[in-house]
Amino acid sequence: MKQYDLIIIGGGSAGIASAIGAYNEHIESILIIEKDKYLGGILNQCIHNGFGLHTFKEELTGPEYANRYIEKLNTCDKNVIECKMETFVVSITRDKLCTYTNALEGYVTVKAKAIIMATGCSEKTRGNIETQGYRPKGIYTAGLAQKYLNIDGFLVGKKVFILGSGDIGLIMARRMTLEGAKVLGVAEIMPYSNGLNRNIVQCLNDYNIPLYLHHTVREIIGKDSLKQIIISEVDDNFNFIEGTDKTFDVDTLLLSVGLIPSNPLLKQLQVKFNPKTKGPEVDANYQTSIEGIFACGNSLHVHDLVDYVSLEGETAGKKAALYIKNQIKNQNNKVQLVPLNGISYLLPQICYPLNGKLDIKFRVKEPYGQCKIIIKNNDNIIKTINKMYLLPAEMENIIIDSDILTEGKLSVEVETK
Amino acid sequence: MKELICIICPRGCHLKVFETAEGFKVEGYSCKRGEKYGITEILNPERVLTSTIKVINGKLSRVPVRSSNPIPKNLIFDVMKEINKVIITAPIQINDVIIKNVLNTNSDIIATRTILKNDD
Repeated sequence: MKQYDLIIIGGGSAGIASAIGAYNEHIESILIIEKDKYLGGILNQCIHNGFGLHTFKEELTGPEYANRYIEKLNTCDKNVIECKMETFVVSITRDKLCTYTNALEGYVTVKAKAIIMATGCSEKTRGNIETQGYRPKGIYTAGLAQKYLNIDGFLVGKKVFILGSGDIGLIMARRMTLEGAKVLGVAEIMPYSNGLNRNIVQCLNDYNIPLYLHHTVREIIGKDSLKQIIISEVDDNFNFIEGTDKTFDVDTLLLSVGLIPSNPLLKQLQVKFNPKTKGPEVDANYQTSIEGIFACGNSLHVHDLVDYVSLEGETAGKKAALYIKNQIKNQNNKVQLVPLNGISYLLPQICYPLNGKLDIKFRVKEPYGQCKIIIKNNDNIIKTINKMYLLPAEMENIIIDSDILTEGKLSVEVETK
Repeated sequence: MKELICIICPRGCHLKVFETAEGFKVEGYSCKRGEKYGITEILNPERVLTSTIKVINGKLSRVPVRSSNPIPKNLIFDVMKEINKVIITAPIQINDVIIKNVLNTNSDIIATRTILKNDD
């Protein structure tokens, strides 16, 4: 059986970055397994610009951003990093056996000292949101319609409504408008948008596409093909408000109602999952509850900016390499991270004292104006940060020095005046 | 008066831009950059345009493209028409110029991905 130091499952932004991070720690062999024909993952269909502002200080398109990292990967020693394309991983085990299949080799099992999961996320579908009515053709997730249009060159419809104000939906509202479709509106069930402000401005306002906040689709009409949708306003308990119905004649409904980390392989292993992120729980080394199995990128928690996916991937790669070299100390003094008032989730879920700088990532549950973020270690305040605003659509991060931590609890909360 | 959301940073200030005898006046900004954004957005709004172009004989049937510079907002649909007239044969290298100085905007339409020939 062939043996590798490190196997990385997924060749998107997280996978590529983790390979580079591990390579820089001088391990001997790295295998990247990618199911598509190309590296770069979802970036390849995200042809709009705005990627890489943090990392490269310029606004690249998705394919350009991917290319920067693929070129970096190509400068690495080919004897160390191997990529298998159009290869699908069937299973992994706690002993780090990895079974994959492809057209050339058939069904093969290889062994690794460590595995990094970089399998990305998937879109929520109609089944996740329980919309009433018929099940006609013409209903797509926004990302699928994006793939059809940008990779294959097919416009899925001419009269479009978009449910959910996630960024992919907003980007597709503009993209389909540019290709000649009429986008009649975007409905968002929450009283605020889930997308980035710049997308509301550049994708909706620029093209006079209305955004219906606190609205959702009430009924889908059309037996074989989609004919109409009815949206209604909802109250604070998300019940429809009678008399607020609006009917739209459409042939296409795009769903942009959220993303969920995709982890079928880890689910087979009964890794510990976090109910909020829907990804595996990890410690400060990005290690899951199974030793030697690491996770990063959108399969760990859904990011809004790819720059942070790359950074996280690079760190996870480095930590996996240190694990392979036996340089990760066995840490018994655990600190459990606990989200308190206003915080939806914290990542990592476990950290250790004396483990270098700790990068805490989190999201808030709802929008905040001027407020404070308070970090406590066993009820003692160790850091306070003033914020002008906080939005659920934007991941926040705080770096603290783990040297000052003591075993027990580390909590983060929002305090308003 | 025009209402805008500032997109310079993620805070998203709600701006009001007034035209007065002394020039444009912006309200609602929190920093100097927001004030500048409000005025530029009224006087000369520009956007980078991205789309795809049909490819023959390539590993993929579409190549993603973008304008090399931001183009005036009011020309976006005209530039889209120019982009949709073009069909290109693979191979294409990233950064290849596909339409030079499109509609005299001083911006080229360039490839943002390398597309190899189908038999490579």
